[in-house]
Amino acid sequence: MNHTVNRELKNYTSFRQTVQQTFTMAYRSLLKVRRTPEQLFDVTFQPIIFTLMFTYIFGGAIAGNVHNYLPMIIPGILVQTLIGASVASGVQLRDDMDKGVFDRFKSLPIARIAPLAGALLADTVRYTIATVLTFTMGYVIGYRPEGGMTSVAFAAVFAIGCAWAVSWIFAFFGVTARNAASVQGISMLALFPLMFLSNAFVPVKTMPDWLQWFANINPISHMITAVRELTNHGTIGSDFAISLLGAAVIVAIFAPITVRVYMRRA
Amino acid sequence: MWKLTSDWAIEAKGLVKIFGDNRAVDGVDLQVRAGTIYGVLGPNGAGKTTTVKMLATLLRPDGGSARIFGYDVAKEPQIVRQLIGVTGQYASVDESLTALENLIIFSRLLGLSRTEARRKAMELLEEFGLTEAAKRPLKHFSGGMRRRLDLAASLIAQPPLIFLDEPTTGLDPRTRNQMWDTIRRLVNMGSTVLLTTQYLQEADELADRIAVIDRGRVVAEGTADELKTSIGNSSLQLKIDNPQHVEMARQTVERVLSARANVSSDTGKITAPMADADKVTDLLIALREANIQLAELSVQKPTLDEVFLAITGHGVKGEESA
Repeated sequence: MNHTVNRELKNYTSFRQTVQQTFTMAYRSLLKVRRTPEQLFDVTFQPIIFTLMFTYIFGGAIAGNVHNYLPMIIPGILVQTLIGASVASGVQLRDDMDKGVFDRFKSLPIARIAPLAGALLADTVRYTIATVLTFTMGYVIGYRPEGGMTSVAFAAVFAIGCAWAVSWIFAFFGVTARNAASVQGISMLALFPLMFLSNAFVPVKTMPDWLQWFANINPISHMITAVRELTNHGTIGSDFAISLLGAAVIVAIFAPITVRVYMRRA
Repeated sequence: MWKLTSDWAIEAKGLVKIFGDNRAVDGVDLQVRAGTIYGVLGPNGAGKTTTVKMLATLLRPDGGSARIFGYDVAKEPQIVRQLIGVTGQYASVDESLTALENLIIFSRLLGLSRTEARRKAMELLEEFGLTEAAKRPLKHFSGGMRRRLDLAASLIAQPPLIFLDEPTTGLDPRTRNQMWDTIRRLVNMGSTVLLTTQYLQEADELADRIAVIDRGRVVAEGTADELKTSIGNSSLQLKIDNPQHVEMARQTVERVLSARANVSSDTGKITAPMADADKVTDLLIALREANIQLAELSVQKPTLDEVFLAITGHGVKGEESA
């Protein structure tokens, strides 16, 4: 028994182990959510309140009536809520990393990416809750997507996937920032202009020219358009492809640098 | 089974870690033989925790090198992590989960199947007397229970080398004794243990060899007996009746005992290491001949303070961050 170990020693973690460890870390995050359900406030109340508020306040002014505004605003609110929720992922990650248990994760022979990827993976559950609630609220006040149920489900998966990709940006802020509050601050500063200078709430052609230019290249506009095309027409266009490509680029850049920074800040 | 060929569990050479302009660890050498308990003794802020973090791959050394069972901590960290268990100064377990959930998650991360993980977790909870509290959130755990859970979590993979960073700091004497028993049991099962402590008594009770560390350097190394002989087994404390005679008394003590004596500024007590009890007779005669009146005389077992005084020439500094 002395001086022996029950396994082969390798200086790397296989892909299968990495996936398994990521799922274990995701399971841990979900257990924590079950203990502290307050963490779900942003993805439960926000979609309900925003859907009601925006629809009834702007509906008449922008689309003539509430009913005609729904196909435009529901995808807008969906994307807004999901991107907002992905900020919370970064904030919670920072908060979590300040606890002693992350020291243990670092000392375990597990893939370095697993604690981060697991937390972000678990957050897709939060995004799913937000998505289901947004569409349900829309349905309750009269939204009947013409693309049909299958397209709505597909749009939901697409939006959740994009939100997961975007959450890597905020995870990066999370590992670099000094504390959770500053993550919130930096992220909101970046997010507000992106959110409102888009096609989320009003038709872009009502904006001044220079603003139209920005609103049209804004990645959030592409995401919203892709969701709208799916839910309202059941079609997939260039915005869908651009959004997915953007999401892939974000993960390709931010996942490695986030892990690097996380490793360095032991 | 994978045979570890190295006789040395830890070989560290010239480890350096710099935080800003503070050399927290300033050239530490350590050699720990496999199957032994090694104590790293020093006050708060001496660099103990930083040293452990570098050996456990949690911090990258700024200089020097370290090998764990022959594997370099910087070049083969993932192998090193398969050979070690780390129990930190602050419990590194998840506060919002239960004891059982914590152990299951760590077991799953280490590659155990669902059923194996649960079995292992229950087994460890049983062994550490935590079965009854298994399903309670850690928030309601006492300090001692947390430490025990933390140690249990380090033992899941039965690592051949275990780092214990101040395992008993802040525990009551009964819990501390339980912890000591657990540590001894680990070594009987073939593990190597490196423990850091602020208490000489703890190092004395447990460790086969001790390194005394101060300001980021190893200032003495040896068995407990060797260290004690070097500083005197006990210390002699004298209180002089007339405060004006204190300085003369101190000189007499240094001359007769041929050791460094320290005068406490607030109580006026003279403290000196006492290697040979017989010499105290000479000292008392010398004091009587010099007409110095004693108010009080006592003999104390060595404290970390005296080890430090003897080895470094300065006392343990007050509260500093670790």
